[in-house]
Amino acid sequence: MKNKTEQLRKILDRRIMIIDGAMGTMIQQYKLSEEDYRGERFKSHESSLRGCNDLLSLTQPHIIEEIHKKYLEAGADIIETNTFNSTSISMADYHLEHLAYELNVASAKIARKAADDFTAKNPDKPRFVAGALGPTSKTASISPDVNDPGYRAISFDELVKAYSEEVRGLIDGGADIIIVETIFDTLNSKAALYSIMEYFDDNNIELPLMISGTITDASGRTLSGQTTEAFYNSVVHSNPISIGLNCALGADLMRPYIEEMSNVAACYVSAYPNAGLPNEMGEYDESPEHMASIIKSFAEAGFLNIVGGCCGTTPAHIKAIAETVKNITPRKLPVLAE
Amino acid sequence: MSEQKIIKPYLRLSGLEPLILTPQTNFVNIGERTNITGSKEFARLILAENYDAGVAVARQQVENGAQVIDINMDEGMLDGEAAMKKFINLISAEPDIAKVPVMVDSSKWSVIEAGLKCLQGKGIVNSISLKEGEEKFIAVAKKVRRYGAAVVVMAFDEKGQADTFERKIEVCKRSYDILTRVVKFPAHDIIFDPNILTVATGMEEHNNYANDFIRATKWIKENLPHAKVSGGISNISFSFRGNNAVREAMHSAFLYHAIKAGLDMGIVNAGMIEVYDEINKELLELVEDVLLNRRSDSTERLIQYADRIKSKGKVIERDEAWRDAPVEERLRHALVKGIVEYIDVDIEEARVKLGRPLLVIEGPLMDGMNVVGDLFGAGKMFLPQVVKSARVMKKAVAYLNPFMEAEKNSVTEAKAVGKILMATVKGDVHDIGKNIVGVVLACNSYKIVDLGVMVSCEKILEAAVREKADIIGLSGLITPSLDEMVHVAKEMERQGFKIPLLIGGATTSRIHTAVKVAPEYSGTVVHVLDASRGVPVVGNLLKDETKEAYTQKIKKEYNELRETHLGKRRDKNFVSLSFAREQKLKVDFKNHEATKPSFIGNKVFTDFPLQEVRDFIDWTPFFQAWELAGKYPAILTDNVVGKEATKLFNDANQLLDKIIAEKMLSANAVVGFYPAETVNDDDVIIYDDEARTQVKEKFCFVRQQNQKAATESYYSLADFIAPKETGAGDYLGFFACTAGIGIEKWIAHFEKDHDDYNSILIKALADRLAEAFTEYLHKYVRTQLWGYAKNESLTNEELIKEKYQGIRPAPGYPACPDHTEKKKLFTLLDAEKTTGIQLTENFAMYPASSVSGFYFFHPESKYFGVGKIEKDQVEDYAKRKNMSIDVIEKWLSQNLAYNSL
Repeated sequence: MKNKTEQLRKILDRRIMIIDGAMGTMIQQYKLSEEDYRGERFKSHESSLRGCNDLLSLTQPHIIEEIHKKYLEAGADIIETNTFNSTSISMADYHLEHLAYELNVASAKIARKAADDFTAKNPDKPRFVAGALGPTSKTASISPDVNDPGYRAISFDELVKAYSEEVRGLIDGGADIIIVETIFDTLNSKAALYSIMEYFDDNNIELPLMISGTITDASGRTLSGQTTEAFYNSVVHSNPISIGLNCALGADLMRPYIEEMSNVAACYVSAYPNAGLPNEMGEYDESPEHMASIIKSFAEAGFLNIVGGCCGTTPAHIKAIAETVKNITPRKLPVLAE
Repeated sequence: MSEQKIIKPYLRLSGLEPLILTPQTNFVNIGERTNITGSKEFARLILAENYDAGVAVARQQVENGAQVIDINMDEGMLDGEAAMKKFINLISAEPDIAKVPVMVDSSKWSVIEAGLKCLQGKGIVNSISLKEGEEKFIAVAKKVRRYGAAVVVMAFDEKGQADTFERKIEVCKRSYDILTRVVKFPAHDIIFDPNILTVATGMEEHNNYANDFIRATKWIKENLPHAKVSGGISNISFSFRGNNAVREAMHSAFLYHAIKAGLDMGIVNAGMIEVYDEINKELLELVEDVLLNRRSDSTERLIQYADRIKSKGKVIERDEAWRDAPVEERLRHALVKGIVEYIDVDIEEARVKLGRPLLVIEGPLMDGMNVVGDLFGAGKMFLPQVVKSARVMKKAVAYLNPFMEAEKNSVTEAKAVGKILMATVKGDVHDIGKNIVGVVLACNSYKIVDLGVMVSCEKILEAAVREKADIIGLSGLITPSLDEMVHVAKEMERQGFKIPLLIGGATTSRIHTAVKVAPEYSGTVVHVLDASRGVPVVGNLLKDETKEAYTQKIKKEYNELRETHLGKRRDKNFVSLSFAREQKLKVDFKNHEATKPSFIGNKVFTDFPLQEVRDFIDWTPFFQAWELAGKYPAILTDNVVGKEATKLFNDANQLLDKIIAEKMLSANAVVGFYPAETVNDDDVIIYDDEARTQVKEKFCFVRQQNQKAATESYYSLADFIAPKETGAGDYLGFFACTAGIGIEKWIAHFEKDHDDYNSILIKALADRLAEAFTEYLHKYVRTQLWGYAKNESLTNEELIKEKYQGIRPAPGYPACPDHTEKKKLFTLLDAEKTTGIQLTENFAMYPASSVSGFYFFHPESKYFGVGKIEKDQVEDYAKRKNMSIDVIEKWLSQNLAYNSL
């Protein structure tokens, strides 16, 4: 398994790799109804399932596969599994907590197949499946109750339990990489990293690990209050192949934090911003060309090793970005020395 | 192209902020006062479950310069795991504390683990050791790695604590090798504690303890690459407990030598260190004799010296200590901190002391307000604090007023640096922002003449002449106010005014001011974004030395804005109205037949219980009204504004309790449902009866014309109502509601007490209650009154995010920008009579805390902005509404894609 890491390192030293764009934005375009989400299997499920995108890996697998393929066609080297919310914690919102393992296996398999199809077509451009661990719907270091700042809606142990199940599902389903992403609360991510490190130790394997935090606004901090470098210091013990930022900001606003990350990180650096900020109608409207032009400036400044898109981005964005950074030299991996 | 960077193997810690130990980092001091074994005070607080005070201890430590805080809960009477968890969770909510890394300190692994599970930052475990053998040591070290913490390793093994130099280095070397080779623990995350042991105990074998520690430190730094050294400093002086002068000298001298040898960090009481250079020379020699074991009688000599001197304890500042300061200081403190309790007493004292009331105002009060102004300008104070300061100032001035009257000397008038006339323009009733700007300017010694709301242009200009105002400030929130402002500018030009005109309020913008207002007036016109910008703008406009340059700068800036804006205009493309109608949104009415509402006609709700709507409050805009940026509830723990936001939030909830308990405000509403159908693409006709024979009213909507991609639709609200020809039998709902009935009385009450803070607070709360009431009603409509979503179950957050089916757009807002439609809505609902909401001539609602609009039920209905429209639609719309094109252009002036003349 170690060879996946080596394989990635070889590519990353040569060129900027492309990670895919938004899954949710693409799913929206299918304008799915409650019935579509439910499929046959969940026809009489107790609660509404519309909007439970991860469930589509079971009820509408062809749609998820089609989206993966669109991103692969657009040039993505790495596609993320449709598992942003596939923990028992987030799934409990839909009364589907018992499905967590199954969802992860299924999503990883769909992505695996799509990636393998494309690798087979062009073995010179191998495609990778990143098993995605999202932040869950609860925060371990922020109290949801203003009157009780010491209260926590979720504990570290509960998070470790849920993430362990997710990691197992993703790896059983065939993920090449594990990515912990959209980190609002570093403590949640530390629980995810704990699960991953424990799983690797117990099973004597080690997959490449990517970490991506979220700086929520111009304060330059995560939702849980950390600065970029504080965040880096908190998670780097897990020995990631890459660390970076995604979501919340468009590329232009993300720049100072990506620059900071690029300065402090000993590993490769990734960025997958949103397609701008939502407009007054709540829609992301940054055009592929515009986004690519900002990403280009990141790449030229030497900040990047892996780049892609988050909310509001589409295969057109990924294609534009891929073409823009194609011939730009990637950030050089720093040397560790006195 | 980037250079290859070099990343060095430093110890990188973090709380909310990073802490990196580089060779340039001086000694890192770790606060020890939250260590229950070392601080009796902290132990007492925690055992008494007084966690708030415990948190205050942590905060004080960080304020005093602790770069890491040590937390220890090892106490027989305590559930250590629970206490550790609770305390760390509490300090995590305090950005002032949580910014630094935490050292989780316990002799029990289970307590350490409980702490690690609460830390988002990279902390330090204190400690692990070989005491219970290698196997346990390795297992625990592995876990520490998984939790991502650095680790303190005690020089302790199966044989016991390492006391001599040889034992210390033997144990440290062995620990280091196991950690780096077996556990693969990063060397830079290892911190050795080679045991600081008490000297001068009278036992000869203890005499070399300090020396041994210092030598071991040096050896570790030279032989165990990247490892760090730490220690508990106060141990060294335990034999002099009770004699702080000697202890402080010992700590400083010991640190001086240990740091030279390479000590990186230590647990210290920052309040118990003397500056090395300031240690009495005689004492220093005696202390160093002891520490460095230079003489056989050194302990005895130090004990003799210690007996001679008296320990000088340090006084901890009490909260009320400021009361002991001179009166000028006290006044300044009261102003900066917004404390009104003592103001009358202090002002009286100052008046007697300084002789004249005027001197009190010009002296200590102005000084204090200048400090407030500076702190606010520098972002070190926040608006709610400034408003509280203003309240203190007003109370102070009110106290002095009778004395000044007696002197027949109208001070404020004479001494004000400038006079600003402010008003909310005709037809508009929104004044929270204006009041805030007024307060802040008043704090900066400007005289404010506030004409209130709904002030006509004539009154404004007449008052400006009469009061000899230096500046006029106009405010407004609804879009027609923008035109009214343009009108005022034109009038100022016509009447030959020269003074600057300030434009502010939620819908105003720099671009609008530059493009529409500024060209009408040859004097200076400036857009003021918020209260904090108001002060520098006014200052620049009035000071002789800056006036000219600033005016030129603004004019140039606005000229450029205007040109780019006009340039941009031409780039945008618009489609014809007929094309837009062809490409209208094709809504599926067949599969979504309208549910029949539970009644046809109007239903009135009088004196609705506000307790019911309280839970529906969306607090984020409340904080925006106070210019505190951030989302609720995260804003309460925000690093920058969290503290103030929390205070404000608490004040607001207190007042809210009172509003509800004492029925200070009453809430009324009216909801109506009518059979409806769309005709001629953009009009919706309303029937009185189910048979749809009697047309009661026609509502006219506007359609988007800004060119879009080929597959996209051009929206009009009319698209969401089934066209007549479909025969689908659709309905349209209407509502008007308010939570501001009775507010004038309370505003007057607070203003009489010079309490702007509560006056603004109650207005902001009334606004929130009106919005919450709207949210409540809408839900009630969806689930019961109309009942098209009977099974809906959404959280308040989901409601705020508008996750429900259907929309409730309001006339005058982006989807239906024409305010005049509100008149029809009010007539239909008989809203003035049923709810007490009055419409002004510009169709603003009074009280301002009111909301009205339409209910569309169709699942495809959504909010959108009409944006700019072309002349063809304006002509068509005028015809449909039977109004002249001029009048329509006036009401839709913000939406015109062309220049109307």
